[in-house]
Amino acid sequence: MGLDIRWPIGLMFTLIGALMIGYGVLRAAASTILVAGQSININLIWGIALLGFGGFMLLGAIKGGK
Amino acid sequence: MQAIHLAAIDYLILVAYVAFVIGIGWKLSRYMKTSSDFLTSARSIPTWVTGLAFISANLGALELVGMAASGAKYGISTAHFYWVGAIPAMIFLAVFMMPFYYGSKARSTPEYLKMRFDERVRGLNAVAFAVMTIFASGISMDALAKLLNQLLGWNYNFALLICSAVVLVYVLKGGLTSAIYTEVLQFFMIVLGFAPVVYLGLKDVGGWGAMTHSLKAVAVNPSSLGLKDAGIAYAPDAWTSAWTPVLAGASHNPMGVDWFAMIFGLGFVLSFGYWCTNFLVVQRAMAAKNMTAARNTPLVAAVPKMFFPFLVIIPGMIAVALTSMPDKNYRIPPPIVSEENYAKAIDAVKSASPSEPVAAVKAVGDALGVKVAADKIASLVAANAGSKLSDTKIKEGLYNSIAENYYSGVILSLIKKYCPPGLFGLALTALLASFMSGMAGNVTAFNTVFTYDLYQAYFVKGKSDRHYFITGKVITVVGIILSMGAAYFAKQYDNAMDIIQLVFGFVNAPIFATFLLGMFWKRTTGTGAFLGLFGGIASSALFHSLTIAHGNLPGVKGGYLHLAQEFPSEMAQNFWLAAFAFIVCFSLTVVISLATKSQKTDADLKGLVYSLTPKIVDNNIPIYQKPAVVGIVLLIVCIILNVIFW
Repeated sequence: MGLDIRWPIGLMFTLIGALMIGYGVLRAAASTILVAGQSININLIWGIALLGFGGFMLLGAIKGGK
Repeated sequence: MQAIHLAAIDYLILVAYVAFVIGIGWKLSRYMKTSSDFLTSARSIPTWVTGLAFISANLGALELVGMAASGAKYGISTAHFYWVGAIPAMIFLAVFMMPFYYGSKARSTPEYLKMRFDERVRGLNAVAFAVMTIFASGISMDALAKLLNQLLGWNYNFALLICSAVVLVYVLKGGLTSAIYTEVLQFFMIVLGFAPVVYLGLKDVGGWGAMTHSLKAVAVNPSSLGLKDAGIAYAPDAWTSAWTPVLAGASHNPMGVDWFAMIFGLGFVLSFGYWCTNFLVVQRAMAAKNMTAARNTPLVAAVPKMFFPFLVIIPGMIAVALTSMPDKNYRIPPPIVSEENYAKAIDAVKSASPSEPVAAVKAVGDALGVKVAADKIASLVAANAGSKLSDTKIKEGLYNSIAENYYSGVILSLIKKYCPPGLFGLALTALLASFMSGMAGNVTAFNTVFTYDLYQAYFVKGKSDRHYFITGKVITVVGIILSMGAAYFAKQYDNAMDIIQLVFGFVNAPIFATFLLGMFWKRTTGTGAFLGLFGGIASSALFHSLTIAHGNLPGVKGGYLHLAQEFPSEMAQNFWLAAFAFIVCFSLTVVISLATKSQKTDADLKGLVYSLTPKIVDNNIPIYQKPAVVGIVLLIVCIILNVIFW
């Protein structure tokens, strides 16, 4: 049908990942939670994961053509 | 549960998601030229897309919320709904049934019944499916609007309208193709939105080993957390083993289900009845671009389905483990109590005398309107008498002394506990995505069945394709409006959901017998199928009227004619009802078919019945794409998972 679904998936998760990384860096305190005695900047960590997934999808879309 | 406010980052994530799903609908709208494009995707979609859509359409918000709730109530045994109640049926659909659905070129499962039997069977199935689909969509909408109301304080009507409007826009623009493509995006959103909650929860309880250790302590005294009534105890592995407690008998597992009901009732009748005949999921496979893609669709879907218990059931088990650890300051959410009742209860605590604990407990319990833990209320009253506590402190004490659990709140409570702004927006978007995928699935299945199997078949025959294309679009709008009406109906009546699900059970239980005999026994006649299906539905209602589950009163829960049998749980009653209805439908269909003459010749049935259809030869495709090979591999993995969690 003329749409490679990897484009919107890749773009969306890249955008959301970038937003979460930005928030994790700029609002580090608000992004950090204490779990089992350990501080985790979950927005930064998960933002990087989403960015990686989005990039992987975009790479597939670029290499795969239409 | 106190409503929380979204941060700007949460809104940004939500808006980005909505923009992309609407964008997909807009992009695909230019390809919608015919009714086939709009209602059946013109059979053009690749396997990996239809496979993920197949599973995503089934992954509604009710499943996410409900499976976490069941994980808390029953533990890992809930995985039976996946490893017994889904995977074998999905493999059967792929290997044995898709060749007939796809090869017959039927546009829907009711249309297959018309080709195989006659208009009567198609009509009965189409009407039942259309009505059930609208109510299923309505129940899901009602549940989501209530969730958003509890979680964010959003107005019920606003939540209902905004979510329905988004689904309407992208389905109206791009039809089934748009629904399928967005379901793929929603699949990834659901997985990536909930995975961090599971990871953080497991880390918080100290890992898998620590969680199972806690659950073993809970199993021997489940009443300590309000999971069961006082006096009920199980073996230590009741929450952590899938099969051992079930094989030990209905009274030895929290589900209250015996092995026969589990394997035959759930694993065969209900499971095959849903996965192999429900047009909502089968429609995704029918949209695939060729026969191999159609057959592989359920197999692609089976891979994530097999591992979903770790995403949707484990959170419930984490919630129980956390509740059993006093230092974690967490409890399974209690039933929602109004602020007005909390205020009354706070006054009751303040005016209660520590020397009369029984009267104090009664006064506080009456004010809250729920069951309370007497010892906790007595100590709260004593603490308040010793040093005047603030209203906030008393309210916190009251919250922790409620002795009932609101299991549907489990997943929301974990999201609130572990998700700061940002991740919260992602998890909330995942919840909305699950709702939208389920609703779009219902709406697209409804508009196809209504347009082709009711409108074109009975009301307006022989019009141009353009006419049915426009009709499909109009019915999409009508379907959304009817779903909203069903949501308000479910909201209006406390037991509406029970009644609707009861009717679902009556209709769904016997249906697989009709399809099974139709596909695999050429002697089955239209009259046999029609009367057998009717008899199966009637036998469901009869069985329900004569049985009840322990703890229920005769009425909407059964036993309203006569009490012939009491089951340990509602789940056991439902599984046995399904088994009974299937056997009645199967037997009636066989007997009536033998007594009636078939209107179809062998030539008519070619491509519709197993014995009269040339077998598909998969010689020209790689071994890893052969449905039979992939199916066997998946079955082996599924068996391994069952053994690991035995």
